[in-house]
Formats: sequence, structure tokens, C-alpha cells
Amino acid sequence: MDTEQQTDAARPVLEAPDIARVLTRIAHEIVERAKGADDVVLLGIPTRGVYLARRLAEKLESITGARIPVGSLDITMYRDDLRMKPARAIGRTDIPGDGIDGRLVVLVDDVLFSGRTIRAALDALGDIGRPRAVQLAVLVDRGHRELPIRADYVGKNLPTSLRETVKVQLAEEDGRDTVLLGSKPAS
Amino acid sequence: MMRHLISAADLTRDDAVLILDTAEEMARVADRPIKKLPTLRGRTICNLFFEDSTRTRISFEAAEKRLSADVINFAAKGSSVSKGESLKDTAQTLEAMGVDAVVIRHSASGAPYRLATSGWIDAPVINAGDGTHQHPTQALLDAFTMRRRLVGRDAGLGQDLSGKRITLVGDVLHSRVARSNVDLLHTLGAEVTLVAPPTLVPVGVEHWPCEVSYDLDGVLPKSDAVMMLRVQRERMNAAFFPTEREYSRRYGLDGLRMAKMPDHAIVMHPGPMVRGMEITAEVADSDRCTVVEQVANGVSIRMAVLYLLLGGSEPAATNARTEEN
Repeated sequence: MDTEQQTDAARPVLEAPDIARVLTRIAHEIVERAKGADDVVLLGIPTRGVYLARRLAEKLESITGARIPVGSLDITMYRDDLRMKPARAIGRTDIPGDGIDGRLVVLVDDVLFSGRTIRAALDALGDIGRPRAVQLAVLVDRGHRELPIRADYVGKNLPTSLRETVKVQLAEEDGRDTVLLGSKPAS
Repeated sequence: MMRHLISAADLTRDDAVLILDTAEEMARVADRPIKKLPTLRGRTICNLFFEDSTRTRISFEAAEKRLSADVINFAAKGSSVSKGESLKDTAQTLEAMGVDAVVIRHSASGAPYRLATSGWIDAPVINAGDGTHQHPTQALLDAFTMRRRLVGRDAGLGQDLSGKRITLVGDVLHSRVARSNVDLLHTLGAEVTLVAPPTLVPVGVEHWPCEVSYDLDGVLPKSDAVMMLRVQRERMNAAFFPTEREYSRRYGLDGLRMAKMPDHAIVMHPGPMVRGMEITAEVADSDRCTVVEQVANGVSIRMAVLYLLLGGSEPAATNARTEEN
């Protein structure tokens, strides 16, 4: 997601209890739609998607009593804008031991914006295996899609303008749980 | 990161660790059913080999193809070079063909530097070995192998080789592998000792960031990794030691000598090995010898270097990471 400079005007739209609540709801929705989550594999997209996937796995385990495989899927090498920016460090791809063939893969990310990250994730998945189905869970959907991609599970729909920034902070990475809505500095 | 990779001495600690960490991710691609990434699709890389090479050329080619680049292999033998074409003309020909990067191996020390700085060609230049000067990707793959074996695959991420004691044994004089390794290992915080017959120690070695010893048996018990160097007869134009037998008795690694090394210590060799000369078959085939691992790691390291130099609009800035959805 955008890591542009936050201005002082950034205001929280989700706080820690809200984030915990929406993740609990998404976990229940996954169980409902997957009829028990037996073959679910959660793959988080680095950086913050991975932490969200781990939290979802814990909640799914408390609901179903079963351990849900959780991994990470870095999509840097599959981006369509690689040549527009300096080469960047690549994140961790960690596929659970049993693989993803024939499983229901739920991709987990923090913010859904243009959809290009998810397009890249689908390409990456195709090189790793052949899931039974792929679904998408996001904490925030801020709109402005540039591709025909939608999320199956949304924590919060957040209508934004392109002049605004959405920043997700999670305790594991940033020391606290919050979603901040700010505005881009005037250029 | 710099725009070219000419010498291991050009790398900062952060650059080197970034390459090693990136290579660790690239290594995972080898475990997938489809061993290919689309990252360099549409980029053309020329492997310009003015000197015989099998493993390095194949390793670069495998790395380039795994990143989906278009590969042009150029071997000087039987080419326009044997008709008398100069490096400048060859470079300008490649430039006119729109090559995005050049991997060059040359028997003349300094040829890659000349190519990178002459203005003949605009593409990034990667040194795949020049004369007795440098072989930076070999040093990187050696460091990668050491970090994996001595620090750990996951535990090593973000780490250097601080405090590790590395010994390089043999023909240091003619070895670009030794020069590159001394530079990079020093950058990564390791303590390096060279062991060689006095005739195969280069002039000016006292200015290198390493120790020199002539007593292999004394150094072995204090080594975390021992790298045996090939005796490069093709570069030798004088008698550097009386007989091969004497060389291997004093500077070769056999089972008895390997037993003097600490239990965790590894034996490395850049290849190709001369069994019976600098290393016995018993050592070469033991579990502690990482020669085959080094070859596999070479592909991962070269993928990492190619990605970091060519993957974006400009080479990677250390620790720069932006994300967009």
C-alpha cells in the first residue's frame, strides 16, 4: 500500500478493537463459505498481510478447532510496474508444507486499491500450484480499482478520493493497531 | 547498489547482505514446480565470454532464463573477435542491438571495468571473471554458502559473517576468486587467512585485509571454512613449486588434515577441482565439502544480482521498499 508521508491530519478510521472485531467476522464468514474451512490455506501478502493472515488463522482455529496452514506470498517479482521504480528488496514467500494444490487459498492483504497487487498474486500462485479456488480477504477496500478484481471478505469499505492516503498499522510491525485516513501533501 | 558489478570491493556491507538475502528468496524458486519468474521478461542479456568457461556461463544462463530474460551467448572462439575485432567494436555492436546488460568474462584483468566506464555501451556490466583480478559473483556465492552453513538459512537473514574464520589455501597469486573473497569476506566482517607456498603469494599482499600463513596444519583447527583453490596451470609461465606431489603434501587437503578441522567446519572449492592435487577424492566426496551446493547457490546469487541491477528502473537502493496495492 502507499507509504506516502502522513500528514498531521491523518485520522483513525479503525482502532484496535474494530480491527479485532472485523477479523473475527471475516473468520466466521470464511468458515461459513468454505463449509468448515477444512481445506483452507491462508496466504498473506507481505508485509502486513502476513500478520493479518496469522491472526485470521488463530481465529479460525478457535472456531473450528483445526490448525489452518498459513504462509506468505511475495509478489514483487510479478509486479507490472517493476520498471517504473528502482529495484526493491523482495519479501518472503513461504508456502505451507502440504502445498496449495487442490486447496482453497485465501489471499490476505491489508488494503485493496488498484487490484494490481492481487493480479500479481494470482500470477505467482499459478507458478506455485493449482488451488481448488482462490478467494481474497482484505482489511480495507478503498476503491479505485484498475482491474476487474474484487474481495470476497472485506473488513471495512472505505470510500476515498485519490488525494487521500490509507495507512494500516499493525502491532507486530508498527507497535499499534490502527487504520489512518490522511491526505496527500499538496505537491 | 552500484550500476555495475565489477569488483567485490565495490560492495558495501548492506549491498552484500541485500544480495545474500535476495538470493535466499531466489533459492526458493528452485523448489517450485515452475522454476521461472517473469521479472526480466523482455530484457536482453548478453553473455560475452572471451575466455573458456563452462560452469560460470551455464550458471549465468540458468539465472537469466529463470528470470525470463532473453539470452544471447557470445563466445569469442570462432567469432569476429578471432578475426581481429576489438572489445570496443564488439561492445558497440551489442549496444546497437539493444542489449540491456552484459555479463563479461575476459582473460585480461580490467576488461569489464573498461567496458563499464568507456562509454561504448550504456548497459550495466557484470564481471564474470577477468584475468587474475576479480570474480565478484563467485565471492558472493561463497559467502552465501558460508552463511547458510555456519549461521543458518533463516537465522542468517540480515546477518553478515562477523567473527567467522575463513582460510583460503593454494594458488592465491593467479586466483581472482581469492582476491574477490578476501575483499567481500572482509566487508562482511570475517577474519581471512591465506595459506600458500611463498611463490604463489602475490606481491603487495601485506596491504590486503587478511593474514598470511605458510603452515596449513597450524591454521586448520582455527578455521570455520577452508576454501581450496585450484592450481591454475593455464596461467603459470614459470616453475612455482618443485613437483605436484610436494605441493599436495604441503598444501593439499586429505582426510587426515580434514580431521584437524573443527566438527562444524566446511570445505569449499570454487571448481573445477583437480582431485589428487589440492584435494583428495575422500575430502571432495565427504558431507563437509560444499562444492555441489556452491554450484546450486551460484544460480540463486546470479539471479539476485541480475534482479537488483536490472529489475527496476534503476539498481536497488538498500532498504528501499515501497508498496502499493
